[in-house]
Amino acid sequence: MNEFIHMGGYARFVWPSYALTFTIVILNIVWARRSLWRARADARRRLSMRSADP
Amino acid sequence: MAWTWFHRLASPPHVYALATRLTPWFAWPAAALILAGLYGGLVLAPADYQQGDGFRIIYVHAPSAWMSLMVYVTMAVSAAVGLIWRMKIAHAVAASCAPIGASFTVAALVTGSLWGRPMWGTYWEWDPRLTSELILLFLYLGYMALRSAIDDVQRADRASALLAVVGVVNVPIIHYSVLWWNSLHQAPSVMKLAKPEMPTAMLLPLLLMLAGFTLFFAAVLLVRLRGEILRRERTASWLREALAA
Repeated sequence: MNEFIHMGGYARFVWPSYALTFTIVILNIVWARRSLWRARADARRRLSMRSADP
Repeated sequence: MAWTWFHRLASPPHVYALATRLTPWFAWPAAALILAGLYGGLVLAPADYQQGDGFRIIYVHAPSAWMSLMVYVTMAVSAAVGLIWRMKIAHAVAASCAPIGASFTVAALVTGSLWGRPMWGTYWEWDPRLTSELILLFLYLGYMALRSAIDDVQRADRASALLAVVGVVNVPIIHYSVLWWNSLHQAPSVMKLAKPEMPTAMLLPLLLMLAGFTLFFAAVLLVRLRGEILRRERTASWLREALAA
Protein backbone atom coordinates (compact mmCIF):
# COMPACT_ATOMS: atom_id res chain seq x y z
CA MET A 1 0.00 0.00 0.00
CA ASN A 2 2.82 2.35 0.97
CA GLU A 3 4.52 1.52 -2.28
CA PHE A 4 1.36 2.41 -4.18
CA ILE A 5 1.15 5.83 -2.51
CA HIS A 6 4.86 6.38 -3.10
CA MET A 7 4.44 5.91 -6.90
CA GLY A 8 8.10 5.01 -7.37
CA GLY A 9 9.17 8.47 -6.18
CA TYR A 10 6.76 10.32 -8.49
CA ALA A 11 4.00 10.75 -5.87
CA ARG A 12 4.28 14.54 -5.76
CA PHE A 13 3.61 14.73 -9.50
CA VAL A 14 1.15 11.86 -9.97
CA TRP A 15 -1.30 12.53 -7.14
CA PRO A 16 -1.74 16.27 -7.69
CA SER A 17 -2.45 15.50 -11.38
CA TYR A 18 -5.20 13.06 -10.45
CA ALA A 19 -6.56 15.35 -7.73
CA LEU A 20 -6.76 18.34 -10.08
CA THR A 21 -8.37 16.39 -12.93
CA PHE A 22 -11.05 14.89 -10.70
CA THR A 23 -11.71 18.21 -9.01
CA ILE A 24 -12.40 19.57 -12.48
CA VAL A 25 -14.65 16.60 -13.28
CA ILE A 26 -16.69 17.22 -10.09
CA LEU A 27 -16.77 20.98 -10.67
CA ASN A 28 -18.17 20.38 -14.16
CA ILE A 29 -21.08 18.46 -12.64
CA VAL A 30 -21.68 21.17 -10.03
CA TRP A 31 -21.40 24.05 -12.52
CA ALA A 32 -23.66 22.38 -15.11
CA ARG A 33 -26.36 21.72 -12.51
CA ARG A 34 -26.11 25.23 -11.16
CA SER A 35 -26.37 26.69 -14.66
CA LEU A 36 -29.54 24.67 -15.36
CA TRP A 37 -30.98 25.58 -11.98
CA ARG A 38 -30.35 29.28 -12.62
CA ALA A 39 -31.92 29.11 -16.09
CA ARG A 40 -35.00 27.46 -14.57
CA ALA A 41 -35.29 30.09 -11.85
CA ASP A 42 -34.89 32.82 -14.46
CA ALA A 43 -37.50 31.28 -16.76
CA ARG A 44 -39.91 31.02 -13.83
CA ARG A 45 -39.39 34.70 -13.09
CA ARG A 46 -40.09 35.62 -16.73
CA LEU A 47 -43.28 33.54 -16.71
CA SER A 48 -44.60 35.06 -13.51
CA MET A 49 -43.86 38.57 -14.78
CA ARG A 50 -45.81 37.84 -17.93
CA SER A 51 -48.79 36.37 -16.09
CA ALA A 52 -48.83 39.45 -13.85
CA ASP A 53 -49.50 41.59 -16.95
CA PRO A 54 -53.19 42.50 -17.42
CA MET B 1 -39.82 11.41 -44.06
CA ALA B 2 -36.05 11.38 -43.96
CA TRP B 3 -35.83 15.00 -42.87
CA THR B 4 -38.18 14.88 -39.93
CA TRP B 5 -35.37 13.99 -37.50
CA PHE B 6 -33.50 17.11 -38.61
CA HIS B 7 -36.52 19.33 -38.02
CA ARG B 8 -37.14 17.73 -34.65
CA LEU B 9 -33.54 18.50 -33.72
CA ALA B 10 -34.32 22.15 -34.37
CA SER B 11 -37.35 22.12 -32.05
CA PRO B 12 -36.45 23.31 -28.54
CA PRO B 13 -39.17 21.38 -26.66
CA HIS B 14 -38.19 18.16 -28.38
CA VAL B 15 -34.47 18.61 -27.70
CA TYR B 16 -35.13 19.65 -24.10
CA ALA B 17 -37.12 16.48 -23.43
CA LEU B 18 -34.59 14.34 -25.28
CA ALA B 19 -31.68 15.84 -23.31
CA THR B 20 -33.46 15.13 -20.02
CA ARG B 21 -34.05 11.53 -21.01
CA LEU B 22 -30.58 10.86 -22.43
CA THR B 23 -28.42 12.34 -19.65
CA PRO B 24 -28.33 9.25 -17.36
CA TRP B 25 -27.55 7.01 -20.35
CA PHE B 26 -24.30 8.90 -20.79
CA ALA B 27 -23.54 9.70 -17.15
CA TRP B 28 -23.60 6.18 -15.68
CA PRO B 29 -21.55 4.45 -18.39
CA ALA B 30 -19.10 7.38 -18.11
CA ALA B 31 -18.71 6.76 -14.37
CA ALA B 32 -18.22 3.02 -14.91
CA LEU B 33 -15.62 3.50 -17.67
CA ILE B 34 -13.68 6.10 -15.70
CA LEU B 35 -13.60 3.94 -12.56
CA ALA B 36 -12.43 0.92 -14.58
CA GLY B 37 -9.83 3.07 -16.34
CA LEU B 38 -8.58 4.42 -13.01
CA TYR B 39 -8.14 0.94 -11.58
CA GLY B 40 -6.43 -0.26 -14.73
CA GLY B 41 -4.18 2.77 -14.97
CA LEU B 42 -3.16 3.07 -11.33
CA VAL B 43 -3.07 -0.58 -10.31
CA LEU B 44 -2.98 -3.03 -13.22
CA ALA B 45 -0.77 -1.25 -15.76
CA PRO B 46 2.95 -2.01 -15.36
CA ALA B 47 5.38 0.84 -14.66
CA ASP B 48 7.03 2.31 -17.75
CA TYR B 49 10.58 1.12 -18.38
CA GLN B 50 11.85 4.69 -18.76
CA GLN B 51 9.42 6.86 -16.78
CA GLY B 52 8.58 4.42 -13.96
CA ASP B 53 5.28 5.22 -12.25
CA GLY B 54 5.49 8.83 -13.42
CA PHE B 55 3.98 7.81 -16.76
CA ARG B 56 0.65 7.15 -14.97
CA ILE B 57 -0.09 10.86 -15.34
CA ILE B 58 -1.00 9.92 -18.93
CA TYR B 59 -4.35 8.50 -17.70
CA VAL B 60 -5.53 11.96 -16.67
CA HIS B 61 -3.41 14.10 -18.99
CA ALA B 62 -4.31 12.50 -22.33
CA PRO B 63 -8.10 12.41 -21.65
CA SER B 64 -7.99 16.07 -20.54
CA ALA B 65 -6.07 17.07 -23.65
CA TRP B 66 -8.45 15.02 -25.82
CA MET B 67 -11.40 16.81 -24.18
CA SER B 68 -9.84 20.23 -24.78
CA LEU B 69 -9.66 19.53 -28.53
CA MET B 70 -12.80 17.44 -29.03
CA VAL B 71 -14.97 19.93 -27.14
CA TYR B 72 -13.53 22.79 -29.19
CA VAL B 73 -14.31 21.02 -32.47
CA THR B 74 -17.85 20.29 -31.24
CA MET B 75 -18.22 23.95 -30.29
CA ALA B 76 -16.90 25.25 -33.63
CA VAL B 77 -19.02 22.86 -35.72
CA SER B 78 -22.20 23.76 -33.78
CA ALA B 79 -21.34 27.44 -34.05
CA ALA B 80 -20.92 27.06 -37.82
CA VAL B 81 -24.24 25.20 -38.11
CA GLY B 82 -25.84 27.97 -36.05
CA LEU B 83 -24.42 30.66 -38.31
CA ILE B 84 -25.26 28.93 -41.60
CA TRP B 85 -28.76 27.60 -40.82
CA ARG B 86 -29.63 30.14 -38.12
CA MET B 87 -30.41 27.29 -35.78
CA LYS B 88 -30.94 28.36 -32.17
CA ILE B 89 -30.26 24.88 -30.82
CA ALA B 90 -26.85 24.76 -32.51
CA HIS B 91 -25.87 28.05 -30.87
CA ALA B 92 -27.11 26.68 -27.55
CA VAL B 93 -24.85 23.63 -27.98
CA ALA B 94 -21.85 25.84 -28.78
CA ALA B 95 -22.45 28.04 -25.74
CA SER B 96 -22.73 24.95 -23.52
CA CYS B 97 -19.38 23.59 -24.73
CA ALA B 98 -17.15 26.52 -23.80
CA PRO B 99 -16.90 26.23 -19.98
CA ILE B 100 -16.46 22.45 -20.20
CA GLY B 101 -13.67 22.78 -22.76
CA ALA B 102 -11.95 25.59 -20.90
CA SER B 103 -11.87 23.63 -17.65
CA PHE B 104 -10.33 20.55 -19.27
CA THR B 105 -7.80 22.70 -21.10
CA VAL B 106 -6.65 23.91 -17.68
CA ALA B 107 -6.45 20.26 -16.56
CA ALA B 108 -4.40 19.34 -19.65
CA LEU B 109 -1.99 22.25 -19.12
CA VAL B 110 -1.45 21.68 -15.39
CA THR B 111 -1.16 17.88 -15.55
CA GLY B 112 1.20 18.30 -18.50
CA SER B 113 3.27 20.70 -16.47
CA LEU B 114 3.36 18.24 -13.54
CA TRP B 115 4.49 15.54 -15.94
CA GLY B 116 7.06 17.80 -17.58
CA ARG B 117 8.86 18.65 -14.35
CA PRO B 118 10.27 15.15 -13.63
CA MET B 119 10.64 14.10 -17.29
CA TRP B 120 11.90 17.26 -19.01
CA GLY B 121 13.21 19.05 -15.93
CA THR B 122 10.86 22.01 -16.30
CA TYR B 123 7.25 22.90 -15.51
CA TRP B 124 6.93 25.09 -18.57
CA GLU B 125 8.68 25.69 -21.84
CA TRP B 126 7.53 27.90 -24.73
CA ASP B 127 7.31 24.83 -26.84
CA PRO B 128 4.96 24.64 -29.89
CA ARG B 129 2.63 22.07 -28.30
CA LEU B 130 2.44 23.84 -24.95
CA THR B 131 2.07 27.30 -26.47
CA SER B 132 -0.67 26.27 -28.91
CA GLU B 133 -2.57 24.55 -26.08
CA LEU B 134 -2.31 27.74 -24.02
CA ILE B 135 -3.72 29.68 -26.99
CA LEU B 136 -6.63 27.22 -26.98
CA LEU B 137 -7.35 28.19 -23.38
CA PHE B 138 -7.34 31.88 -24.38
CA LEU B 139 -9.75 31.09 -27.25
CA TYR B 140 -12.18 29.48 -24.81
CA LEU B 141 -11.83 32.35 -22.35
CA GLY B 142 -12.23 34.92 -25.14
CA TYR B 143 -15.34 33.12 -26.37
CA MET B 144 -16.89 33.18 -22.89
CA ALA B 145 -15.87 36.80 -22.24
CA LEU B 146 -17.39 37.87 -25.57
CA ARG B 147 -20.66 36.08 -24.76
CA SER B 148 -20.95 37.62 -21.34
CA ALA B 149 -20.16 41.10 -22.72
CA ILE B 150 -23.21 41.05 -25.02
CA ASP B 151 -26.59 41.12 -23.31
CA ASP B 152 -28.72 40.15 -26.30
CA VAL B 153 -28.51 36.34 -26.64
CA GLN B 154 -28.89 36.28 -30.43
CA ARG B 155 -26.15 38.84 -30.98
CA ALA B 156 -23.93 37.05 -28.49
CA ASP B 157 -24.58 33.79 -30.36
CA ARG B 158 -23.51 35.23 -33.69
CA ALA B 159 -20.46 37.17 -32.54
CA SER B 160 -19.11 34.32 -30.42
CA ALA B 161 -19.81 31.79 -33.20
CA LEU B 162 -17.52 33.73 -35.54
CA LEU B 163 -14.74 33.63 -32.96
CA ALA B 164 -15.24 29.88 -32.42
CA VAL B 165 -15.13 29.15 -36.16
CA VAL B 166 -12.02 31.27 -36.80
CA GLY B 167 -10.25 29.77 -33.78
CA VAL B 168 -10.63 26.23 -35.10
CA VAL B 169 -7.44 26.71 -37.16
CA ASN B 170 -5.58 26.25 -33.88
CA VAL B 171 -6.80 22.65 -33.51
CA PRO B 172 -4.70 21.03 -36.28
CA ILE B 173 -1.78 23.22 -35.17
CA ILE B 174 -1.98 21.70 -31.68
CA HIS B 175 -2.38 18.18 -32.99
CA TYR B 176 0.46 18.30 -35.51
CA SER B 177 2.77 20.61 -33.55
CA VAL B 178 4.80 17.69 -32.23
CA LEU B 179 5.40 16.47 -35.77
CA TRP B 180 5.88 19.81 -37.57
CA TRP B 181 8.30 21.34 -35.10
CA ASN B 182 11.05 20.05 -32.93
CA SER B 183 9.04 19.72 -29.73
CA LEU B 184 9.86 18.53 -26.24
CA HIS B 185 6.49 16.81 -26.20
CA GLN B 186 6.44 13.18 -27.23
CA ALA B 187 4.78 12.21 -30.50
CA PRO B 188 1.31 10.65 -30.31
CA SER B 189 1.37 7.02 -29.23
CA VAL B 190 -2.36 6.26 -29.47
CA MET B 191 -3.93 8.49 -32.11
CA LYS B 192 -2.13 7.13 -35.09
CA LEU B 193 -3.11 4.78 -37.82
CA ALA B 194 -0.19 2.42 -37.40
CA LYS B 195 -0.03 0.03 -34.48
CA PRO B 196 0.00 1.91 -31.13
CA GLU B 197 3.33 1.76 -29.36
CA MET B 198 2.04 0.56 -26.01
CA PRO B 199 1.41 -2.83 -24.47
CA THR B 200 -2.27 -3.70 -24.00
CA ALA B 201 -2.15 -3.45 -20.18
CA MET B 202 -1.10 0.20 -20.56
CA LEU B 203 -3.25 1.04 -23.57
CA LEU B 204 -6.56 -0.43 -22.46
CA PRO B 205 -7.00 1.75 -19.33
CA LEU B 206 -6.17 4.78 -21.48
CA LEU B 207 -8.85 3.86 -24.01
CA LEU B 208 -11.35 3.34 -21.15
CA MET B 209 -10.51 6.79 -19.77
CA LEU B 210 -10.82 8.43 -23.20
CA ALA B 211 -14.23 6.79 -23.77
CA GLY B 212 -15.36 7.62 -20.22
CA PHE B 213 -14.40 11.29 -20.50
CA THR B 214 -16.14 11.54 -23.89
CA LEU B 215 -19.40 10.18 -22.43
CA PHE B 216 -18.95 12.47 -19.43
CA PHE B 217 -18.74 15.41 -21.83
CA ALA B 218 -21.99 14.31 -23.48
CA ALA B 219 -23.77 14.10 -20.11
CA VAL B 220 -22.57 17.49 -18.86
CA LEU B 221 -23.29 19.05 -22.26
CA LEU B 222 -26.90 17.82 -22.16
CA VAL B 223 -27.47 19.31 -18.70
CA ARG B 224 -26.01 22.66 -19.78
CA LEU B 225 -27.91 22.54 -23.07
CA ARG B 226 -31.24 22.41 -21.21
CA GLY B 227 -30.31 25.60 -19.39
CA GLU B 228 -29.28 27.28 -22.64
CA ILE B 229 -32.58 26.27 -24.30
CA LEU B 230 -34.57 27.76 -21.41
CA ARG B 231 -32.56 30.98 -21.69
CA ARG B 232 -33.40 31.33 -25.39
CA GLU B 233 -37.06 30.38 -25.18
CA ARG B 234 -39.61 33.17 -25.16
CA THR B 235 -42.85 31.28 -25.85
CA ALA B 236 -44.59 30.62 -22.61
CA SER B 237 -46.68 27.54 -23.24
CA TRP B 238 -44.03 24.82 -23.39
CA LEU B 239 -41.77 26.71 -20.98
CA ARG B 240 -44.49 26.24 -18.38
CA GLU B 241 -44.62 22.54 -19.23
CA ALA B 242 -40.85 22.14 -19.10
CA LEU B 243 -40.65 23.82 -15.70
CA ALA B 244 -43.51 21.77 -14.32
CA ALA B 245 -41.80 18.51 -15.28
